[in-house]
Amino acid sequence: MMEFINFYLIPGLALGSIYALGAIGISMIFGILRFAHFAHGDVMTLGAYGTLTAVWLSGLHPLLALPVGIVLAVAAVLLADKIFYKPLRDLPTIYTVIASFGVALIFRSLIQLIWGSQNQVFIRGVQKPLVLFDMIRVSALHLEAIAIIVIAAVALHYFLTRTKTGRSMRAVSDNPELARVAGLDTEKVVRSTWIIGGSLAAIAGVLAGLDTNIQPNLGWNLILPMFAATILGGIGKPMGALLGGMVIGLIEELSAYPWITDEPLINPGYKSATAFLIMVILLIFRPQGLLKGRLL
Amino acid sequence: MDPVGLLFYLVAFLIAGGIYAILCLALNVQWGYGGLFNAGIAGFFAVGAYTSALLTAAPAQTHLGGYELPVPIGILASALTAGITGWAVAKICIRLKSDYLAMASIGIAEILRMVIVNEDWLTNGSLGITNVPRPFDGLLQGRDADILYLVVVWLIVGLVYLICNRLYDSPWGRTLRAVRDNEDAARAVGKDVDSFRLQTFVIGAAIMGVAGALSAHYFRFLSPEATEPLLITFLTWVMLMAGGSGNNKGAIIGALAVWGIWSMTEILTNRLPAEFATRSSYIRMLLIGLLLQFVLQRYRSGLIPERSPPGIAFDKDHDKTHG
Amino acid sequence: MSALLVIDGLTAGYGGLPIIDNINLIVAPSEIVLIIGPNGAGKSTAIKSVFALTSIISGSIRFGDREITGIATQKLVPMGIAAVPQSRNIFPSLTVRENLDIGTYAAPPHDRAEVEERVLTLFPDLKQKLDQPAGELSGGQRQMVTLGRALMSEPRLLLLDEPTAGLSPAYLERIFDLILDIRKAGVTILMVEQNARQALSIADRAYVLVNGRNFASDTGANLLASDEIRRSFLGGTRPS
Repeated sequence: MMEFINFYLIPGLALGSIYALGAIGISMIFGILRFAHFAHGDVMTLGAYGTLTAVWLSGLHPLLALPVGIVLAVAAVLLADKIFYKPLRDLPTIYTVIASFGVALIFRSLIQLIWGSQNQVFIRGVQKPLVLFDMIRVSALHLEAIAIIVIAAVALHYFLTRTKTGRSMRAVSDNPELARVAGLDTEKVVRSTWIIGGSLAAIAGVLAGLDTNIQPNLGWNLILPMFAATILGGIGKPMGALLGGMVIGLIEELSAYPWITDEPLINPGYKSATAFLIMVILLIFRPQGLLKGRLL
Repeated sequence: MDPVGLLFYLVAFLIAGGIYAILCLALNVQWGYGGLFNAGIAGFFAVGAYTSALLTAAPAQTHLGGYELPVPIGILASALTAGITGWAVAKICIRLKSDYLAMASIGIAEILRMVIVNEDWLTNGSLGITNVPRPFDGLLQGRDADILYLVVVWLIVGLVYLICNRLYDSPWGRTLRAVRDNEDAARAVGKDVDSFRLQTFVIGAAIMGVAGALSAHYFRFLSPEATEPLLITFLTWVMLMAGGSGNNKGAIIGALAVWGIWSMTEILTNRLPAEFATRSSYIRMLLIGLLLQFVLQRYRSGLIPERSPPGIAFDKDHDKTHG
Repeated sequence: MSALLVIDGLTAGYGGLPIIDNINLIVAPSEIVLIIGPNGAGKSTAIKSVFALTSIISGSIRFGDREITGIATQKLVPMGIAAVPQSRNIFPSLTVRENLDIGTYAAPPHDRAEVEERVLTLFPDLKQKLDQPAGELSGGQRQMVTLGRALMSEPRLLLLDEPTAGLSPAYLERIFDLILDIRKAGVTILMVEQNARQALSIADRAYVLVNGRNFASDTGANLLASDEIRRSFLGGTRPS
C-alpha cells in the first residue's frame, strides 16, 4: 500500500500536475484561437531554460527564479503570435497549425543554439525524499507540483468566473462572432490567452525540468499527453483540461504498477503510449471529452 | 573539389531528392487533393522501411524476418503495410477536424517509433537492421551501383508522378477536390465524403511506405534514426508548401529546391570554424523553420500554383463550428 | 428633429461583391423603423453594414453627427449602438446573468445594478434563470437574453436582425410587445423582419427593399393598407 502511494500515486499526481498546467493553456488556445498549438511544449522548454539561466545568475531555487522563465515564455509566445500566427488568422486554421509546427522548430533550434543540446539539471545531486508521518516518502518536488496545481485550479476557476477578462475569454470561446458584436475587446482576450497559457507552460516546464532534467526536447516530448488531456477534458474547457491532465498523469504512472502479476501492467517503455491510447479511445467514442467541450 | 567527387555528391543528392520527391507526391495526394493534414509522415515512412528491410534482408538472430525476398516484393509489401496503417489512423479521425488528424498522426508515428525501439526481437531496436539488399545487387559495384540506384529511384518517381496525375484528372480526383473545396455541397449530391477521404489518406500513406523502403535499400542499413520526424515529416511539409501544394510538378520541384537549400547550408556551415560547425544543424533547422513561415505567409500556393488556385479551395465558414 | 441614423447611398456586400446598391435610409430618435422585403433583398446586409460586419463599397453611414462608415464594431457599442444578430446570439456556456453582464463590458453603465433591474423588469422570465447556462433555455427565452444583453449597454440605437426568427407564435407576440416597451424606455429601433405583417403593425415607418435596392418607404400603417404591398410582400389577404 505504501509502495503504491509513494511510487505510483504521488508521482502520478505530480506528473498529472505538469500535464494539467500545459493542457490548460492548450485548451484555452484551442477555445479562443481555434487551433492546436503544437509549439506549446517548446514554450514549456523555453520557460525551463529561462529559469535555469536565472538560477545560474542568482543562485536562487528554481521555483523562486521562475518569474524569469515566465517572462521569457510569455514574451516568446506574444512575439510568435504577432509575427507568425496573426497574419494567418483569417485563413482556415490548419495553416496556423502548420505555422505552430514551424514555431516549435524555431524555438527548439534557438534553444539549442543559445544553450546547447546537452542535458542540464536545476539542482545537482540526489534529492533526499521528505518523510511524512513516518510512512510516506515523497520527493519535495512532487509535493510542490501538487500544491501548485491546486493553487492553479482555484485561481483559474476564480479568474474564469469572477473577472471581466475571464468571462470575456469564455464568451469569445463560446461565440466569437457575438463577442465582436457585443463590443468585447477581442485582441485583449487573445493577449490574455497567450499570457496565461505561456505562464502556465513555463511553470510546467520548470517542474518537468526539476523532475527529470532540462534538454531541448523537454516540452516537445510531452506534447502528446497534453493534447490527450485537452481532448479528455473537452476542448475549450480549461478546467476540464486540468482534470484531464491529472487523469492522464495518474493513468500513465499507474499503468506501470504490477496490478495483476508481479510485472508492470504495461512495459514502462510504452508508458507514454497510454496517453495516446486514451486519446484514440476518446476520438472514437467521445471526442467532446468529459466536460462536453467543443467538437472541432 | 574534383569533378568526380562532385559528380558523386550530385548522385547522392539526387537519390535523396528523389526519395523526398516521392514523399512530397504522397503528401500532395493527402493534402493537395484531399485537404488532409498528416503530421505523422515519419510513421508511415518507418513502417514501409522496416517492412521491406525485414523481408529482404539476410536471416539474422537479431531480428525477425530475413527472408531474402526480392526487393520489388519488399517494396510492394511496404506499400501494403503502410497503406493499412494509414487506413487505421484515418478510420479513427476521418470524420473529425484536421487538428485531430494532426494529433492522431503524430501519435501513431510516436507509437511506431516506440515499438521499433522497444521490440528488439522484431527490429533489433536501436542497433538496426544490416544487410539490407539493393535491387540488381551484384550487377554493379561501388559508385556505379549508386548511379544504377539513382535510375531506379527516379523511375519510381516517374511512375508515382504518372499515377498521381492520372488520379488527379480522373473522376475520382475531381470528386475529391470537390469534397475538399466544399464538403457540404459534395455531401448534398450524395458523395460519400468519408470514404473518399479515407481512400486519399491510404493511397498517400502507401506511397510514403515506398519512400521508406527505398531509403532503407539505399543505405543498406536501417535504424530508428532514419525515421527522425524532423527530417521526414517536417522537411516534407516545407517542401510541399514551397513547391506548390495541389500540384505534382510543384511537389517534385519543391522537394529538390528545399533539399538543395538544406544541402547547401550543410556545405556552407561545414566550412565554418569547428565551434560553429556543431551548431550548424541547429542553424539549418532554424532557417527551415523560418522558410516555412515565409512560405505560409507569402507563397501559400507555392512556386507552381495549382491550376485551379487553392486560395479559394477551403470553404472558410465550414472551418468554423456550427450549431 | 435631426436624425439618429442616416444611411446615404450605401453599396455594400461581402468580399467585394455588392448585395445592396445605393441604399438610403433614415431613422429618427425614438422611432421604430422596419426593413422588409423578399428573401435575398439585402435586408440583413443593410443592418449588418451599420455594424461594420460587411465590406462597404461606397456610401456613408452617420450616427448622430458622427460618420461611422467602417468603424470597427468594438467602437460602436460605447457610442451607443447595440446589435442583436439573427442566429447563434447567446453565449451558451455562460449563465444568463453572465450573458447580461457581458453587455456592460464595452459600455460600462453608471449604475450597473440599476440597469440590470430595469432589464429584468422588462424580461421577468429571466429572473428565475439567472444562474442557468443560457444554452439550456428555449428559443424564446434566449431571444430575451440576447435582447437583455444588448440593452445592458444602455444603447441609443438598437439593431435587430429578425428578432422573431424561429420563435413560436406565443413568443412572437411577446417579442413585439417587448420591442414597444423598449422604445418606451427611450431606445430607437431599426429592425429587419420576415414576419412583415405583424412587424408593420408596430413600426412607425418601414423601408421595402427589393433586389438590394430601395423599393418603397412609408409609414407602417400606409404600407399595411396598400394593396400592392400586401399582394407582393404580405401574402395577399387584408390584415384583420
